[in-house]
Amino acid sequence: MTSKLGRTFAATGAAALWPAADAAWANQYNLQPPQTIIAHQIYDLHTLIMWIIFGIFVVVFGFMTVAIVKHRKSAGHEAQQFHENTTVEIAWTIIPFVILIGMAYPATKTILAFKDTSNPDITIKATGYQWKWGYDYLNEGVSFYSNLSTPRDQIDGHNVAARNANPNYLLEVDNAVVVPLGKKIRVITTANDVIHAWWVPAFGVKQDAIPGFVRDTWFRADKVGTYRGQCAELCGKDHGFMPIVVEVVTEEKYAAWIAEQKKKTAAVAVDPAKQWTADELKAQGEKVYASNCVACHQATGMGIPNTFPALSGSKIATGPKEAHMDIVLNGKPGTAMAPFKHLSDVDIAAVITYERNSWANKTGDMVAPADVKAARK
Amino acid sequence: MEAAHAHDQGHGHGDHDHAHHPTGLMRWVTTTNHKDIGTLYLWFSFTMFIVGGILALMLRAELFQPGLQLWEPHFFNQLTTMHGLIMVFGAIMPAFVGFANWQIPLMIGAPDMAFARMNNWSFWLLPPAATLLVTSFFVPGGATAAGWTIYAPLSIQMGPGMDLAIFALHIMGASSIMGSINIVTTILNMRAPGMTLMKMPLFVWTWLITAYLLIAVMPVLAGAITMVLTDRHFGTSFFNAAGGGDPVMFQHIFWFFGHPEVYIMILPAFGIVSQIVPAFARKPLFGYSSMVYAVSSIAILSFIVWAHHMFTVGMGASSLLFFMYATMLIAVPTGVKVFNWIATMWKGSMTFETPMLFALGFIFVFSMGGFTGLVLAVMPIDIQLQDTYYVVAHFHYVLVAGSLFAIFGGVYYWIPKWTGHMYNETLGQWHFWLSMIFFNVAFFPMHFSGLAGMPRRIPDYALQFTDFNMISTVGAFGFGLSQLVFLTCVIKCIRGGAKAPAHTWEGAEGLEWTVPSPAPYHTFETPPLVK
Repeated sequence: MTSKLGRTFAATGAAALWPAADAAWANQYNLQPPQTIIAHQIYDLHTLIMWIIFGIFVVVFGFMTVAIVKHRKSAGHEAQQFHENTTVEIAWTIIPFVILIGMAYPATKTILAFKDTSNPDITIKATGYQWKWGYDYLNEGVSFYSNLSTPRDQIDGHNVAARNANPNYLLEVDNAVVVPLGKKIRVITTANDVIHAWWVPAFGVKQDAIPGFVRDTWFRADKVGTYRGQCAELCGKDHGFMPIVVEVVTEEKYAAWIAEQKKKTAAVAVDPAKQWTADELKAQGEKVYASNCVACHQATGMGIPNTFPALSGSKIATGPKEAHMDIVLNGKPGTAMAPFKHLSDVDIAAVITYERNSWANKTGDMVAPADVKAARK
Repeated sequence: MEAAHAHDQGHGHGDHDHAHHPTGLMRWVTTTNHKDIGTLYLWFSFTMFIVGGILALMLRAELFQPGLQLWEPHFFNQLTTMHGLIMVFGAIMPAFVGFANWQIPLMIGAPDMAFARMNNWSFWLLPPAATLLVTSFFVPGGATAAGWTIYAPLSIQMGPGMDLAIFALHIMGASSIMGSINIVTTILNMRAPGMTLMKMPLFVWTWLITAYLLIAVMPVLAGAITMVLTDRHFGTSFFNAAGGGDPVMFQHIFWFFGHPEVYIMILPAFGIVSQIVPAFARKPLFGYSSMVYAVSSIAILSFIVWAHHMFTVGMGASSLLFFMYATMLIAVPTGVKVFNWIATMWKGSMTFETPMLFALGFIFVFSMGGFTGLVLAVMPIDIQLQDTYYVVAHFHYVLVAGSLFAIFGGVYYWIPKWTGHMYNETLGQWHFWLSMIFFNVAFFPMHFSGLAGMPRRIPDYALQFTDFNMISTVGAFGFGLSQLVFLTCVIKCIRGGAKAPAHTWEGAEGLEWTVPSPAPYHTFETPPLVK
């Protein structure tokens, strides 16, 4: 109890305002309850420093308050004309220095532990996309994308009641990262387009995901549960809409989940020899469009005027197929159009076919997976 | 006779002895007088402060409750970006240059700035730059939405609004460099006989050091944004890994400029506060030489701490440790300054007119920003707080409650000298208390939402952040409206009010108080002798 109160006190700097703190309320004004050793150390370090700061605050502003109250002209105080004291000057240079060393010592230990990503049990690659996360379990061969799953009508205010009843508003995804309890998980981050940051507060993990470079961090979760975070680096329009959800489960459940994921992957794996019809591609393309393109180009294909171009009636989506494949595969440098070459040949062929035959576009042609394969450099 | 020299900002002036000067608008366009140019800078800064403030209120309105109500996310990002750019480059920096123009010649006994024509040019570069910046909202794709830090590669993706912002920053940078060269030259060469460096008022000292910082880092910013420009249009790959570049290099270059930049915005504030506190404590500044050394140490340290803005990019442990230690070290000279101000008040004979209220408010609230700075300096804690509302709270405590409050204090302190009238003390006190209270209502809750995990620069947030965001929005609107009290007070003071004596404040010292109020159009044509 003492320590809980202490944390409350330290976090607010004005504990009197919040005499009692229940857990839900505590989640609103202090660091989230730590679930890893690093997050614990960070939490305790923060509490310690808040106490030190509180002490300094009381001493320094105690003097200032006394001066304001007593050494005022209206109280009849006459000014003394001293303006130097070498002893005092040396003291208030050295004392803060010593306090700083006291703070730097535990911080240094935490930094060294934080940077030690060696000997992981499981390695997961997290790739930032505008605006979703992609995950690859490097040794297990499991890969998936993780999109925000909060319904659009809650965000744009058409369904406020559902929003208010949704405790995970903006913090829920279709496919969560699943990890086993008590294992050292190394997260490798990178990005496809701009810089993102992979952040789960309960784990004390925040690592920028940088396009073209690989960085890493690690965590080992203490407790089964679902932990939520968000992208922490401004990455464009939907920066606020690409959350991170990590489910920590027992080792048995994790093994079952991996097996299930592998089965799923096998089920959707497409026979490379399969011959696709235009209608099949279009149906598949609509799904691909909904999870990759719709954020900018919109469901209507009209884009957002002056910001994201319309596909409906566009020169590229109604012109030669080669140019259309080129922009989807390689993006358009200097704009928000990122390369999508990480998608499969089938998905790219499907989405292009869909775009060429939807809205006002009626080219009537189709792009086959083999064409995409040929167009890749 | 002095009345004939009266310089009335509100109505122009036709009475001074150089009657061949143009009047009306052309007077302001062609002026080479440091007082006129100072006035221009201050009004320019206030205009941009209002523009940037409106942008801030627009984004706070969106954040009043969860969900997207007013703006779509791309426009929201334009608001946060332009609010930052306009406040930093349009409001805070020009305000301090305005003070430098008005006060440095008066405080060192010089007749004007060293390069009077360049002074005119430095100012008149700013309105076109500001126009580029503000009108970029109306080009296709809107203004840049990459954050005021314009990190590559996000800034590479932006529309033509980004190019306008780059040109605007180049022009403002050129203006700052010219202004700084002028200030350095004036201070080093034009001090009155007998005024040695260590007898200079502290405001002059802080500006001398600030000017050197500006000359050192503005070209670095120019380099960074030029590289963004060529990456955008001329096929270079400075920040593109596929072409052999590195996106993180942009951050290193930007923050090598950016960290000294934050001290550029706070050191002159230290100077203003160091003038006000002794005046109203009726006691000389405690530890003058240690103040000078503290400002110099802060300036030097500012060049070796930049990567603390980038603790989460994934640097090695040794870099993290170096930048953490160096950053924590800044607390020492900053602490010395606060202790010296309090020692100046100690056993003084204090009164609490508006300038002193703002100076005391500055010390109190700036220290809170200093404390949170210390929290953020500790790298492991910064992992949790980087890019959250905690950082937003921190830098608004040092930039609004720090720089801006010092600017307000400086205006109230020197406006009797500028206009010849006393300001309305009641309005001034209202302005202070409203600003102080609403500032804290707006920004204190951000510490909590940041700790609890709310990222910055998001247009919509999870429900647990609702309460604090509502409070912040209410505070922000209150703070914005309080500034109308300031505007009223300043305009009333220009138009009339009690006649200000030459030596306006009982405890004030310095050459500026030896000339009449309002300060004649030309002062110190014969240098005064400083004993």
